[in-house]
Amino acid sequence: MTNIADMKLAELRDSLKEKKVSSLEATDAYLSRIEKAKSLNAFVIDTPDKARAMAKSADQKLAKGEGGALEGVPLGIKDLFCTEGEQTTAASHILEGFKPRYESTVTANLWRDGAVMLGKLNMDEFAMGSSNETSYFGNVINPWRRNDGGNTDLTPGGSSGGSAASVAGRLCAAATATDTGGSIRQPASLTATVGVKPTYGRCSRWGIVAFASSLDQAGPIAQDVRDSAIMLKSMAGHDPKDSTSIDCPVPDYEAVLGQSVKGLKVGVPKEYRLDGMPAEIETLWAQGIEWMKDAGCEIVDISLPLTKYALPVYYIVAPAEASSNLARYDGVKYGHRADDFNDIQSMYENTRAEGFGDEVKRRILIGTYVLSAGYYDAYYLRAQKVRKKIFDEFTDAFNKVDLILTPSTPSAAFALGEQSADPLQMYLNDIFTVTGNLAGLPGASVPAGLDKQGLPLGLQLLARPFDEETMFKGMYALEQAANFTAKPTEWWS
Amino acid sequence: MAIDKETVRKVAHLARIAEPEERLEPLAQELSTILGWIEQLNEVDIEGVDAMASTVDVRQPMREDVVTDGYTGGGQPDNVVANAPKTEDHFFVVPRVVE
Repeated sequence: MTNIADMKLAELRDSLKEKKVSSLEATDAYLSRIEKAKSLNAFVIDTPDKARAMAKSADQKLAKGEGGALEGVPLGIKDLFCTEGEQTTAASHILEGFKPRYESTVTANLWRDGAVMLGKLNMDEFAMGSSNETSYFGNVINPWRRNDGGNTDLTPGGSSGGSAASVAGRLCAAATATDTGGSIRQPASLTATVGVKPTYGRCSRWGIVAFASSLDQAGPIAQDVRDSAIMLKSMAGHDPKDSTSIDCPVPDYEAVLGQSVKGLKVGVPKEYRLDGMPAEIETLWAQGIEWMKDAGCEIVDISLPLTKYALPVYYIVAPAEASSNLARYDGVKYGHRADDFNDIQSMYENTRAEGFGDEVKRRILIGTYVLSAGYYDAYYLRAQKVRKKIFDEFTDAFNKVDLILTPSTPSAAFALGEQSADPLQMYLNDIFTVTGNLAGLPGASVPAGLDKQGLPLGLQLLARPFDEETMFKGMYALEQAANFTAKPTEWWS
Repeated sequence: MAIDKETVRKVAHLARIAEPEERLEPLAQELSTILGWIEQLNEVDIEGVDAMASTVDVRQPMREDVVTDGYTGGGQPDNVVANAPKTEDHFFVVPRVVE
């Protein structure tokens, strides 16, 4: 039997169907890897009993030649997805011990297709962060280290840091993640994994702990482009329980991989060239442009002049929506309640003071402020109007091009603690990804190269709304050209 | 616009988050820095632009006004209160709010 840790999801899926390996064997192999990788802190909880039960049920179906698209494939689930009977915390103290009585639609879709749940993955608290340092359950450590012989712990990025680290560390075949400002694509870039944020409305948000409802979208973090296509096909789909989920057919993304990208117009926006950006990222981007050109694409210089306003818009819209969404945590219906209070007001105030971490409080305060009387027009309404202009700017750009190619992140993985003292510096991590959320576009990060410290860097592709197929074609072309094969040294086991 | 300590006190109360006295001044500085950076949005001409709340253009879906099955259906009081810190006979228990 091939070592599970060397198998891609697609290979495992096929081996399961051909009965070369059983789901229980694969599940046990991953559970044992998870056990040995505690130092990465990628999982908040593992669920071995549930995993083995699901694996046995999958094996019964596989034995009869039955089963879904992911039958028997073990996955990690970001702790933002509600999982019936299994603790779901959003990595927050305020939800510690919360065991939903229901299953999120996205995870239900994965179980419908036969996948196995290994456990719940660590993340930034309520998905607010870009380094996984705001989790109540501690930092996640990036499997990748610098090639300087040192042992500095690096961030896997965030907020889906556990998803990225577990896939990069080969602790699961693939993982679910969510992206509100870059939380799938940025950690994917920092860990040499493939991260896909589909079009807003492609995946149901029902049962995903809400952060900023007009921006949140689920997607996969996976080992390669094919694996991410397989995952998204199962995760996506219309859901009447989410009124923003779109009723349109989910294509077979895997089927488009390898189709020619010849003649596709790829836009290169000059505003994504930042002062002070490492030269290696600029070089990699230029390399990516050459790769697309070699594959037969036509490169088109485009201008997106409002790019620099995207992050400020985000830091009004997202906290505003968060302050409203997080009002539900009041110590009454679920989660933590303070022991010490005099009346219902102090019960609310003490519960929330104890339950939320500093970054979450900071964003709730910003959101409350920009929505408060006298400031609503100056901040929130203005931000919504600038958002419209950014949306229109992308609509115009996509009249001229089929895809947009940019770097995924402004830097490679940084050391834990390096940016956490300065919220603004941390926010800038999402500078290339946040536009995709504001405009609702599909976006993906594909591993493209290593910097001189031996750390991975990704390139991002953006596509028209609901045109993930063209995006997957482009991603596959990038992947083929980059031929990225580096792996982190397994220092943690 | 710089946020002062009293504004933080007021906003924290609106958000129902108890902030200790010694946190108010540092928070005022942090929030002022972030909002100062956000104010670059004032450079953008928004004359005649519609505010956008969502990128998807969908009508609110309508359905029959009946009790549904499944997770969102009725008749599941045990599930509704299952995770509450304090309950009694399917009621949430909170401190007295009326004298």
